[in-house]
Amino acid sequence: MSVNNFTEPKFLVGPILRVLNRVRRQYIQNPVSTLHTLCNDVVCKMFRNQYDTDVTTWSPAGRLFQVEYAMEAVKQGSAAIGLRSKSHVVLACVNKANSELSSHQKKIFKVDDHVGVAIAGLTADGRVLSRYMRNECINYFYTYESQLPVGRLVVQLADKAQVCTQRSWKRPYGVGLLVGGLDESGAHLYYNCPSGNYFEYQAFAIGSRSQAAKTYLERKFVSFMASSRENLIKDALFALRETLQGEKLTSSACTIAVVGVGEAFHILDQETVQALINEFEIAGEEAAAPDQAGVDEPSAADDQAAPVDQSAAPMDM
Amino acid sequence: MTKQQANWSPYDNNGGTCVAIAGADYCVIAADTRMSSGYNILTRDYSKIIQLADKSVMASSGFQADVRALQKVLASRHLLYQHQHNKQMSCPAMAQLLSNTLYYKRFFPYYAFNVLGGLDNEGKGCVFTYDAVGSYERVGYSSQGSGSTLITPFLDNQLKSPSPLLLPAKDAVTPLSEAEAIDLVKTCFASATERDIYTGDKLEIIVLNASGIRQEYMELRKD
Repeated sequence: MSVNNFTEPKFLVGPILRVLNRVRRQYIQNPVSTLHTLCNDVVCKMFRNQYDTDVTTWSPAGRLFQVEYAMEAVKQGSAAIGLRSKSHVVLACVNKANSELSSHQKKIFKVDDHVGVAIAGLTADGRVLSRYMRNECINYFYTYESQLPVGRLVVQLADKAQVCTQRSWKRPYGVGLLVGGLDESGAHLYYNCPSGNYFEYQAFAIGSRSQAAKTYLERKFVSFMASSRENLIKDALFALRETLQGEKLTSSACTIAVVGVGEAFHILDQETVQALINEFEIAGEEAAAPDQAGVDEPSAADDQAAPVDQSAAPMDM
Repeated sequence: MTKQQANWSPYDNNGGTCVAIAGADYCVIAADTRMSSGYNILTRDYSKIIQLADKSVMASSGFQADVRALQKVLASRHLLYQHQHNKQMSCPAMAQLLSNTLYYKRFFPYYAFNVLGGLDNEGKGCVFTYDAVGSYERVGYSSQGSGSTLITPFLDNQLKSPSPLLLPAKDAVTPLSEAEAIDLVKTCFASATERDIYTGDKLEIIVLNASGIRQEYMELRKD
């Protein structure tokens, strides 16, 4: 029996000819560097470019591709959404199970009574970072007998992520975290990304088809600050529904968590979520329908354009 | 040249007495609220009791700074446990944790004499009694602290089973009702207060049962 062996001559003809042609042209212009790039080109036909082998290599354009690839992993994860008002933060995410037989991935973690996190991307990395955050909160409380302010926690988290972008024996965490919490200065929502950057948001969405949710949130965010707890949850559900692109929103496919003044961080149980969905679904049906048509095109174009775009490195935004 | 001796001690004894009694479906944990140093009273209103988990309450006498540090360590460990296991620690689990925590400092011990009381996994009352370095045992009742020498013989008289050598082994819990046990505790402290100078001021009683946790106070002699 013959096995399709990719070392057979016929498979290598095309790529080799192209490389040789390019080499010929390059040699005419600059004989010295040609030999150096020749080796890389033959080997790197499989990679997008030659500067992405490890995180400690800069590209000529000043980018760290490994970090950008890590952020790509975040975009591949299922959607997670966060919104905040003056006194509450709501985290919501889509729970996709691998198959009907398996359980859902845990995407929302309680970090402390006043802080919780929703993740998108490599959930194992998310779990490990949640454990780190929990330990930080416990240790802070042990020393100061008061809650770790959310702003401090995200800085520590960001610094931890940055370390992995500057060690040759590490890789960046492949998970984006929406950190929602309450402290003396009010309710806060932060987004921590694999690059080590973090920003505070009024509302944000990450993961696959998050652009649909972001579009919805961009329309509504001005009213969030003064929003009541119930309306905030309602908006979270609507935003979540946007990412499902027509699929029915059921409480078995999503998780909602709330933290607020006088309310410790907790995940709402399925019955409560289903009741809320039923309550809002009827009113929401007509409002949602016209949105979906306009949202499809921009989201598809955006997701494909980002990695290939040479002009602006995503991590700088 | 003689060996140099320390001219200060890292420890101090703040006095006080703790008692716990296990019932069929309840547990009573009590301690006085006097904090002393030498012949002085530092305060008449200091709680030696802390609720570590849903069904675990610890009362500790001895050096209160060490007691406080011990309480903080256990509280942090319990939080960690809850994150990992998604549930509260059971009283027997907390008992083991306390023992391990105490032995961890075997060569610079917590000067804390503890009684841990609560409800076990079956809902029955349980009391665990400790020494300073973590040796522990599940018992039906226990007393620790400066007044323990006065209270323990009395509890032995009232609660101890006829003979612990008899088989089959009898349940460690007392057949007394909750109200009777609370009354017994009050009697114990009233008596201990008479003769122990470090015990007095106020008695704090915690009662743990299926319906939750309850707190009671009783005035004691202030001299």
